[in-house]
Amino acid sequence: MNPSEVIRMALASLGVHKLRSILTMGGITIGVFSVIGVMTAVSALRTSVETGLSFLGSNVFQISKWPTGIQVGGFNREKYRKRRPITYAEAQRYRALMAGTTDVVRLVSWGDGQAFYAGRQSSPNLDYGGTDENFLAANQESIDAGRNFTAADVELRRPVAIVGQTVLAALFPSESPLGRSIKVNKHIYTVIGTFAKKGTSFGWDQDEIVMVPISRFLEDNGIKHSSINIATQAESQAAYGDTLAQGIIAMRLARKLPPEAENDFDVYSNDSLVAAFAQVADSVSEGAFVVSAIALLASGVGIMNIMLVSVTERTKEIGVRKSIGARRVNILAQFLVEAVVLSVAGGLAGILLGVVAGDIAASKLNAGIVFPWGWALAGLLVCTGIGVGFGFYPALRAAKMDPIDALRYE
Amino acid sequence: MNPPPEASPPPAALPRPRPIRPPGPLVIAIDDVAKLYVMGEETIHALRSVSLRIHRNEYLAIMGPSGSGKSTLMNMLGCLDTPTSGRYEFNGRNVAAMDDDELAAIRNREIGFVFQTFNLLPRSNALRNVELPLIYAGLPPEERRERARQALADVGLGNRLDHKPAELSGGQRQRVAIARALVNRPSILLADEPTGNLDSQTGVEIMALFEELYERGNTLIVVTHEEDVARHARRIVRLRDGLIASDEPA
Ligand SMILES: Nc1ncnc2c1ncn2[C@@H]1O[C@H](COP(=O)(O)OP(=O)(O)OP(=O)(O)O)[C@@H](O)[C@H]1O
Ligand SMILES: [Mg+2]
Repeated sequence: MNPSEVIRMALASLGVHKLRSILTMGGITIGVFSVIGVMTAVSALRTSVETGLSFLGSNVFQISKWPTGIQVGGFNREKYRKRRPITYAEAQRYRALMAGTTDVVRLVSWGDGQAFYAGRQSSPNLDYGGTDENFLAANQESIDAGRNFTAADVELRRPVAIVGQTVLAALFPSESPLGRSIKVNKHIYTVIGTFAKKGTSFGWDQDEIVMVPISRFLEDNGIKHSSINIATQAESQAAYGDTLAQGIIAMRLARKLPPEAENDFDVYSNDSLVAAFAQVADSVSEGAFVVSAIALLASGVGIMNIMLVSVTERTKEIGVRKSIGARRVNILAQFLVEAVVLSVAGGLAGILLGVVAGDIAASKLNAGIVFPWGWALAGLLVCTGIGVGFGFYPALRAAKMDPIDALRYE
Repeated sequence: MNPPPEASPPPAALPRPRPIRPPGPLVIAIDDVAKLYVMGEETIHALRSVSLRIHRNEYLAIMGPSGSGKSTLMNMLGCLDTPTSGRYEFNGRNVAAMDDDELAAIRNREIGFVFQTFNLLPRSNALRNVELPLIYAGLPPEERRERARQALADVGLGNRLDHKPAELSGGQRQRVAIARALVNRPSILLADEPTGNLDSQTGVEIMALFEELYERGNTLIVVTHEEDVARHARRIVRLRDGLIASDEPA
């Protein structure tokens, strides 16, 4: 008996009870769907995370009061809230201490605001912040038109601004912004440059931004206690480790920490952001795994149940087949293939739905479309295994039937 | 519909004497075979003690009243059922010692069985039902289909290939069952009441087909309660209450 004949028989038999077959497959579909969906979303995110989360420049680490946005497990908010903010004075002290190691130390203080020009306005919550000339290097920004900040701009608290492309489009649809005065919240700034387009990352428009010199920003907004973010760029990949070690020492000195105290600030880099994401992704994946393992086990039992019912219902058919020469292996194969077709068809549906749902979820977070071949293949193998594993006992029961008893069954 | 033409000869009108072919080697030997069914308190002796020798190229009719054990004996001869006691040798081999797959091979290749109740697969059409033994024999699809079509044409059902059993008359179902029994060209045909559901005309055609099979060298064992049908055979075995009452040439 050739395999295509067995498959043909299986499909014919399953077609007799379509609803029953579909319901049985449904269990498998749900199990596979949950794991494939999550895996697709996670791997789509993973690929975009490396670029998306890498908003810091290369060989850059950042020091801040708050840890990275991504946290696994219980996040002890209280611990971070109690920390003293990193003041502008401390940040400047840090920069002075690091002068021997690297010149690229960027300070930034973030707020939000709305920009106005000639009756036009930007969105009401653009990123409005104060920084310095190292913002470009540390944050992977570049200047599209005009110029960068200079040390003098910061020193002299000049009311100048560099704007992002989204803001540019909203305020200056047809004219050059350079030299024009815009108003952000209540403060007037002269535009000296525009940032090159960066695009969106995880639903966040990185071009909706207005930056001014940090000294000016703190003064305009009357900020005394808001914490400063410090980014430090090592001169090279090789120097990164030393620079990081220096940075921690410098920060402790700037903060006047006693030697026995823990660091009261967080240090992170692109790598640690990606690693933190990976940790989240891993625990989500694990959860999906457990859920689908349980669902698959349950649906395997469902398949076994349906196959047992089917074997009993078709006792007479089995008798007829045996009476005209079907061997045990023929009957075994027939019922086993039915079980495998059920589970694999259910699995295929689950894979398809999972990939579509996973990619839709991922694209809502601006990640690209992926087809997780490895997971799909693993899913198919597992489904085949379930079909064989749970279909074997019913099939064996059918194969072992006595021909005359089976024929007499009504 | 027109009534059958007057000219059609009744079964009894078959020309006699008919050729009697010399019997070949011994193929079936049963000795003191009994079959008991225990149903609670009661024990039913479907077969009490039956001994029988059948050679290749014999044409045997088994007769007897209802309940005398004819079907029970046929199931045993067809390697479907096993005796409670006694010995059955098929082609010189002890059937009790054969495993499931050897028995399946005999049922597939050596024996064609026409059941009293047809036993067709209700969800498969006539062609597919007749193809089935060839599927288990491992024939390629085209050859299978061709032979099944031919077998159905031979029993006059060439125009009913796509009909499911429920869409066929009793006589047509019986003919599908006969086509299925013959399609794998078995050397022995076991037929349990093969004309029970046929009108006399079709019955004659089937008996003519059997005659032809016999003349080609096949072995035929036919259960019937019609003397007209039994007269076609060369030997008649009569059963009564699970025992052989008589065994003589027709
Ligand atoms: N599975 C069974 N369980 C119990 N008794 C059975 C079984 N099969 C047959 N019998 C009994 O064995 C006896 C012989 O049955 P069998 O079917 O061989 O008769 P038969 O000669 O073929 O009759 P008919 O001409 O009506 O077909 C009957 O009394 C029947 O009731
Ligand atoms: Mg009978």
